[in-house]
Amino acid sequence: MTETGVAGAAPVLEARGIVKIFGQHRALDGVDFAAHGGEVHALLGENGAGKSTLIKILTGAYQPDGGELLLEGAPIHLRDPLQGQGFGIGTVYQEVNLLPNRSVAENLFLGRQPTRFGLIDRRSSEAQAAGLLARYGLEIDVRAELSEYSVAVQQIVAIARAVELSGKVLVLDEPTASLDRNEVLRLFEVVRGLKARGLAIIFITHFLDQVFDLADRVTILRNGRKVATQPLAALNATDVVRMMLGKDVAFDHQGSALAGAAKGAVRVEFRGMGRKGMAPFDLAVHEGEVVRVAGLLGSGRTEVARLMFGVDAAEGGEVLVDGRPVAIRNPAEAVAAGFGFCPEDRKIDGIFGDLSVRENIIIALQAKLGWFKALNRDDQVELAGRYAEALDIRAADHDMPVKLLSGGNQQKVILARWLAIDPTFLILDEPTRGIDVGAHAEIVRTINRLREEGLALFVISSELDEVVAYSNRIVVMRDREMVAELDGQDIAPDAIVQAIAGTQGTRP
Amino acid sequence: MNRSLRPLLATTLIFLLAYLLAVTQQPAMLSTRVLGNFLTDNAFLGIAAVGMTFVILSGGIDLSVGAVIGFTTVLIAVLIMWLDLHPLLAFAIALGVATGFGAVMGAAIHYLRVPSFIVTLAGMFLARGGASVLSPDSIGIDHAFYKVIQKSYVLLPGGGRLTVVGMIMLAVFAVAILLAHRTRFGSNVYALGGSETSAALMGVPVARTTIGIYALSGFLAGLSGVVFSLYTSAGYSLNALGVELDAIAAVVIGGTLLTGGYGFVAGTFIGVMLQGLVQTYIVFDGTLSSWWTKIVVGALLFMFILLQRLVFRAGPRRT
Repeated sequence: MTETGVAGAAPVLEARGIVKIFGQHRALDGVDFAAHGGEVHALLGENGAGKSTLIKILTGAYQPDGGELLLEGAPIHLRDPLQGQGFGIGTVYQEVNLLPNRSVAENLFLGRQPTRFGLIDRRSSEAQAAGLLARYGLEIDVRAELSEYSVAVQQIVAIARAVELSGKVLVLDEPTASLDRNEVLRLFEVVRGLKARGLAIIFITHFLDQVFDLADRVTILRNGRKVATQPLAALNATDVVRMMLGKDVAFDHQGSALAGAAKGAVRVEFRGMGRKGMAPFDLAVHEGEVVRVAGLLGSGRTEVARLMFGVDAAEGGEVLVDGRPVAIRNPAEAVAAGFGFCPEDRKIDGIFGDLSVRENIIIALQAKLGWFKALNRDDQVELAGRYAEALDIRAADHDMPVKLLSGGNQQKVILARWLAIDPTFLILDEPTRGIDVGAHAEIVRTINRLREEGLALFVISSELDEVVAYSNRIVVMRDREMVAELDGQDIAPDAIVQAIAGTQGTRP
Repeated sequence: MNRSLRPLLATTLIFLLAYLLAVTQQPAMLSTRVLGNFLTDNAFLGIAAVGMTFVILSGGIDLSVGAVIGFTTVLIAVLIMWLDLHPLLAFAIALGVATGFGAVMGAAIHYLRVPSFIVTLAGMFLARGGASVLSPDSIGIDHAFYKVIQKSYVLLPGGGRLTVVGMIMLAVFAVAILLAHRTRFGSNVYALGGSETSAALMGVPVARTTIGIYALSGFLAGLSGVVFSLYTSAGYSLNALGVELDAIAAVVIGGTLLTGGYGFVAGTFIGVMLQGLVQTYIVFDGTLSSWWTKIVVGALLFMFILLQRLVFRAGPRRT
C-alpha cells in the first residue's frame, strides 16, 4: 500500500482504525482512510461495504465505536455534521440538501447573511452571491428560487456553500447520480478548480469511469474492511472491479457447477423490454434454469427486476409465458401470470412485519384468488404448515408476527409466499443479503432445489462466487444495459469481471 | 418572476375585482368610512392571522389561536374587574401568559416530536377549558381607560375613522413584514418550511426557531385577545370560537402554501381584507344570510388551493 500523497504532505483529514458496530453487525472493522490536500480521493465499494457509514463518520453524522479522526494531525471528535462543518469538513449529498423554496443567494448565506441596521442587507447578499458563483463559472440570477435551476446548478451552489463555510475537506457523496453527461463535465470542472485550490476532496460514486476521470487515488471497501488504497494511475477498471467484488478464493474456480446442466423449454421470454433510462433487453428463461445477473450497484439490476414484475411499467416490449403473450402492466398482472418477486429490501418491500407467518405466506395466493374466495382457516394453517416444513422455516408458531423472525427465516417466508401460488417464474433480488452465514447456505440450497424441481428463476446477487457457482447462465449489466451473456463453459469470474468493467471508452 | 408571487398577485387582483364589483352594486362601500370599519372589525382576526402566517410558513399549524384569544379576553376581564389592575398591566400579564403558552407548545412540538396539529389541538382544549374555569360567564369590562381608547381615532379624509385597534393591526403587519423578510429569524422560518432536514444541516437553530414561532403565534393571539377585549369591552370564554380556522383561511387565501415554505405576510393582510369585504357586502346587501360569508370563503379557499397546485406543480426550470 503506497501512501505518498500527490502533494507529499501530511493528510488533511485522516481516519485511523475506524470501527462502527450496529447491533451484532460490524459495519466498519478497523478502516484507515486519509484525504490529502490538492487530491481527489475516490471511495468505492458495493452495497453494504461500509462506504456510507465511513462517510457519515468523517462528516460527523455518526460517531465511531473505535479508532480516531485527525484533522491536520490533531485528533477531533465530531458530535454532528454542523460541528464537522465548523472544523472545515463540508459535504454535498446526492439529493441536494439546500432549500428549494429560497433564493440562490439565501441558500449561500443562510445563517450568516450580511446585515445593515439589524436587518438583512439583501442587495449586498445578492452581490456577494453573484461574485462567489462567478468563481465557479456560474452566471445565474441569484434572486431566483433554487428549485428553478437544474440539479447540476444546485449541486454547484451546494459545493460553493460547503467550500465557503468549510474550506478544508469537501465530501461529494454520489453527486453525479442524477446528472446528465454535460452536467457531469461541468461539475468535474468545478471540482478540478477546487483541487487546484488545495482542498482535500473525497468522491463517492458508483460510476467507475468517473472515478478514473476525476480521482487521483482510490480506496476500496468490502464488507466493512479496507481492501486497498492505491493511486489510480497504477490501476485499470478490471483491477478495481476485482477488488470490489472479489472473494479471493473464487477466482481459480473454473466454470459453473451447473454449466451444461439440462434445462427444459422456454418458460418466460422478454422481448425488447425497456423504459426511459433503461436500455431494452431480450431474455428467455427456461424451465429448471437459474439466470443470474451480475453488475455493480447502480448498473440497473434491480430496475430489470422491477420491470419484469410490472412494478415499473415497461415502455414497449412484450412478455411471453409458455409461448403465449401476456400483458404485465402492474404487479397484480404479474402475479396472475404466475410471477413471484422477492425484493431487495425485504423489511420495506417484502414482509408485512406485524402480520403472522401464516398470513404472510398465504397473502399472495389469497390476492391471486381474489377476495371473494377467502381461504378458510384450516386451509391457511395447512398451507403455512406445508411450506414452513418444506423450506424449514423456524418459527415457534405460525401465528407470531413475522418481524420477530431472523432475516433468513423472513426470506424463506417470502419464498414460501410465492411458492404457494405455484409460480412459473421467480425473481429474487439479493435473496442472501443481510442474513447470517448458515441461513445463507440454506437459501442457496433452496434456490437450487427449486431449480431442480423445474422452476425458472431470475436471481440478482452481488456475491460473485455465488453467481458463478449456481447459475446456468449469467447476464452482465453495466450502465443500465445488458452488455453480456455468459453461458455454460464461459461462466468464469474473470470473464464476468471483464464484462462488468467493460472498456474504458465510456467516459462522460 | 418569483413563483410564490403569483398567488399573491392573484389574491390582490381578486380583491380589487371583488371590491369593484361590490362598489358597482353598493356605491356606498367606496368610502374611507367603510375602509376604517374594515380595519377595526377585522383587527383581531388580522393580528391572529399574522402569527398563523409564520406558523404555516414553517410547515406547522396552530389550532389554539381562537382559544387563546378567548382565554386572554377572560383573563384580562378578571384582572381588571376582579383584581382591580390597570388595563395596561392586565394586558402585559395576558400577553406574557399567551407568549409562554405558545413557547411551551413549540417546545413540545420540537422536543417531543409531536406533530403541531396534535400539540396545538391539546393547547386549544386547555386554553378554552382554562377560560371557562376562570369564568363560565361573560364579564363586562367597565374602565375609564377602555373608554378613552375606544374613543380615540385618527380621522381619515372622507370621514373614515382609523381606530386604535386598526392602528395596532397595521403596526403588527408592518413589523411582521420586516420580521419575515428582513431578519435571520424570518429566513429560518422559511428554511424550516422548505426542508427541516436541510435547514438543520445548514445550521438553522431548529429548536430556538420552532419555539420562537409558536411563542410569536401565542403572543399575537394574546394581542388579538387584547384587541378583542377593547373591541367588545367584555371577557367571555366562548369568544373567538373558530377564529383559528378563519386565520388559516386568510393565510391560504393570501397566497401562503399550506405545506410551508412559500408565502408573504402582506398576502395574509389581503386575505383578511377579502374576508372582511365579503362580510361588509353582505351587511350592506341586507337580504343575504351571514352564512354566505362562510360559503364565499370556502369557495375562495378551494380555488386558491387549486391555484397553488398549478403554480407549484412543475415550475419552469432554468439551466
